[in-house]
Amino acid sequence: MAGRVNRLSPFNVTALALGMAFLYLPIVILVIYSFNASRLVTVWGGWSLRWYQEFFNDRAMLDAAWMSLRVAAVSATIATLLGTLAAVGLVRGERFKGRSLFSGMLYAPLVMPEVISGLSLLLLFVALNAERGFWTVTIAHTTLTMCFVTVVVQSRLASLDRSLEEAAMDLGCDPVQAFLSVTLPLIIPAIAAGWMLAFTLSLDDVVIASFTTGPGSATLPIRIYSEVRLGVKPEINAICTMVIALIAVVIVIASLASKLSNSEAKSAAPL
Amino acid sequence: MTLESPDIGRPNIDVSAGPPDAAAADMPLLRVEGVSKKFGSFPAVDHLSLDIRAGEFFALLGPSGCGKTTLLRMLAGFETPDEGRILLGGRDIAPVLPHERPVNMMFQNYALFPHLSVRDNIAFGLKRAGMARAAIDTRVAEMVALVKLEGMEKRRPDQLSGGQRQRVALARSLARRPKVLLLDEPLAALDKKLRESTQQELMELQRRLGMTFIVVTHDQEEAMTMANRIGVMNAGRLEQVAPPRDLYEAPASRWVAQFVGDVNLFDGEVTSHEHHRLTIATRDGGAIVVAVPRQPVAKSPVSVAIRPEKVKLSRPGVASDASNSQPINRLEGVVTDVSYLGGSTVYKVKLDSGAILRSSVANTARLDTDTYDVSQRVVAWFTSDDCVVLEQ
Repeated sequence: MAGRVNRLSPFNVTALALGMAFLYLPIVILVIYSFNASRLVTVWGGWSLRWYQEFFNDRAMLDAAWMSLRVAAVSATIATLLGTLAAVGLVRGERFKGRSLFSGMLYAPLVMPEVISGLSLLLLFVALNAERGFWTVTIAHTTLTMCFVTVVVQSRLASLDRSLEEAAMDLGCDPVQAFLSVTLPLIIPAIAAGWMLAFTLSLDDVVIASFTTGPGSATLPIRIYSEVRLGVKPEINAICTMVIALIAVVIVIASLASKLSNSEAKSAAPL
Repeated sequence: MTLESPDIGRPNIDVSAGPPDAAAADMPLLRVEGVSKKFGSFPAVDHLSLDIRAGEFFALLGPSGCGKTTLLRMLAGFETPDEGRILLGGRDIAPVLPHERPVNMMFQNYALFPHLSVRDNIAFGLKRAGMARAAIDTRVAEMVALVKLEGMEKRRPDQLSGGQRQRVALARSLARRPKVLLLDEPLAALDKKLRESTQQELMELQRRLGMTFIVVTHDQEEAMTMANRIGVMNAGRLEQVAPPRDLYEAPASRWVAQFVGDVNLFDGEVTSHEHHRLTIATRDGGAIVVAVPRQPVAKSPVSVAIRPEKVKLSRPGVASDASNSQPINRLEGVVTDVSYLGGSTVYKVKLDSGAILRSSVANTARLDTDTYDVSQRVVAWFTSDDCVVLEQ
C-alpha cells in the first residue's frame, strides 16, 4: 500500500502537465525555433544551425555577450565578498547597535523596484560625473546582487554551531584562524551558491543595466531588447537558447552546492 | 603509554615556573578569587572563590542556570570575569586568550569539526601547536588507542555513533596534554548504560594521565561517582565544596541537603544543650535528640536532616535494637505508600503530626519477611548520630 501514496493520480498528472506547459512551453518553442532554417520567425523551414552561425559572425552581438559575461563575473565576485562579510557581521556580531537597522537596509534592495534602484544609481553616477560603461554597470549589479548573497550565506552561517569556532580557539586558533579553518570550509558551498545566483541575476538584468550603461557598452540583454524592437530575428532565438542553457547549468550547480552544504550540516536550506 | 614526552609549544604562558615570590608548593594549580560575571543584570557567577589542586578530579554540580557552565567558560577563556582573578599555576590568566591557555575543553555537544576525519579532528590542535608531522602521527595513534577508536581514523563525525563521537571529542581535547581538562556535561548525551561505563573509563583515564579534570554536571550520581571533590553551586555561588561522602553525610546547608540525595527535614528550635546532645523541639516530629554538630549552630531556628536510609522501621511494641548506647528518636505513624525499587524499598510514613517521613530499607534477603503494608502502624526510629543540624 505504501506505493499508492507516491503514485500519481490522473488528476495530478494533468495538473502537473498543464503547470509545466504554462511555464515552459514558450521557452520550448523558442528553443525549437532557434534551430529554424527559415528567415521568418513564425514559419518553420526545417532544422538548421544557421542562426547560431549568424550570431558568431555578429560582431556587435558578440561584444555585448562578452560585456555581459565580464560584468556578471566581476560583479558576482565583488558581491560575494561584500555579501559574505555582511552576513558574518550580522550573524556573529549579534548585539551591535543598529543591527536590525543594518539588516533591514541590507534587504531593502531585494524588494526595491529595479526602476528606482536604476534611476538612483544613474543620478549618483551623473552627480559624480563618472563615465558610464563597464564599471558603472558592474557597481550597479553589485549593489543589486549583494543582498542575495548575504541572505544565502547568512542562513547557512546561522545554522552553524557557534561552539565549533570556540573549539577551534580552544585548540590553538586565534579568532581569524578559527574562522578560516573551521567556519569557512563549512560555508563555502553557500558562498559558491551565492556567487552563482549573483552571476545569473546580473546576466539577465535589463532595467538597471540600461540606466547605468553608456554608449558603446551595451550588455547582451540590452542589445537583444533593442534588436527586438526592430523586429524579431531568428538569431535572437539562438542567443536566448544559449543564455538559457548557461543559466540552467549555473542554477543546477548552485542547487547541488547548497544541497551538499545542507546534508553536511543537516540544517535549513539556504536556497 | 608514556607521558614524559615534552610539552608542545605554548609561547605566552609558562605555568610550571609560577611567580617568583609565591611558595609554589602550597599554591593550588588553579585558584579562582572572588570572580563575578553578570549577563545584563543577572549575576551568573557571584563573588566565587575556589582552589583546585593538581591531579584532582573536581566536579561542579548544580541545577541548570546556577552558573557552573559560565564558570567553566571563564576558565577556558570564552568569558571574561567582570571582577576577581583566575590564577593558573600562580599566574593571572585573565589577559590570556583561549588559544594560548594550557587548558582544553570538551564541549557538551562535542563540537567536532564535521568536515574533518576523526584523525584530523584529533590532530587539529597539534598542527596549530606546530608539532612535527611524525610527532603528530604518533600522538594521534596514541590518543586513538587511549579512547579505543582504532580503525575509525578515516571516518567523518556523522559516520560515528554518539558514544564514538564522545570519545573523539575526549581524544581531541586530551591530545595537547593540557594542564587542566574542562568537561562540560561530558556524558549528558549518552544513554544510561553507556554513561556508567564511560564514567569508569573517564576515572581510569584521569588516574592514568594524572591530569586535572574539572567536570560540570547536573547529575549528582555522576559527580559522586567520578569526582574526588565536588563543588555544589546555586545561584552563582558555591554552597559547599567537599568530598562526595561529606557532601552527603554532612551537608553544609539545607539547600545542599535537599539537592544532594533525598532527605527528611524537621524544622524547630534548640531547647536544651547538655553534654554531647542537643534537644530540638520540632513542629512535626516532637523533641528530637541529636549529637552536637562539629560546627556550632549560631542561629536558633534550625532544621534536623535525616537521610531516608538512616530511618529504620519496626512494629509498635517490638523492642528495637537497644544495644546501641546512643539515644534513639522514635516517631509513630502509618505507612501510606510502599515503593519497591529492587535493591531497596521506600516507605512513606504519615506521622501522627501529619508530616510525611520517608524511610528507605535495603532488601538484604531475597525472602524478606520484615516488610510493611500500606495503612500498617509502624515506629520509625533513628539515632542521634544520624541527624544533621542545619541553620535555616
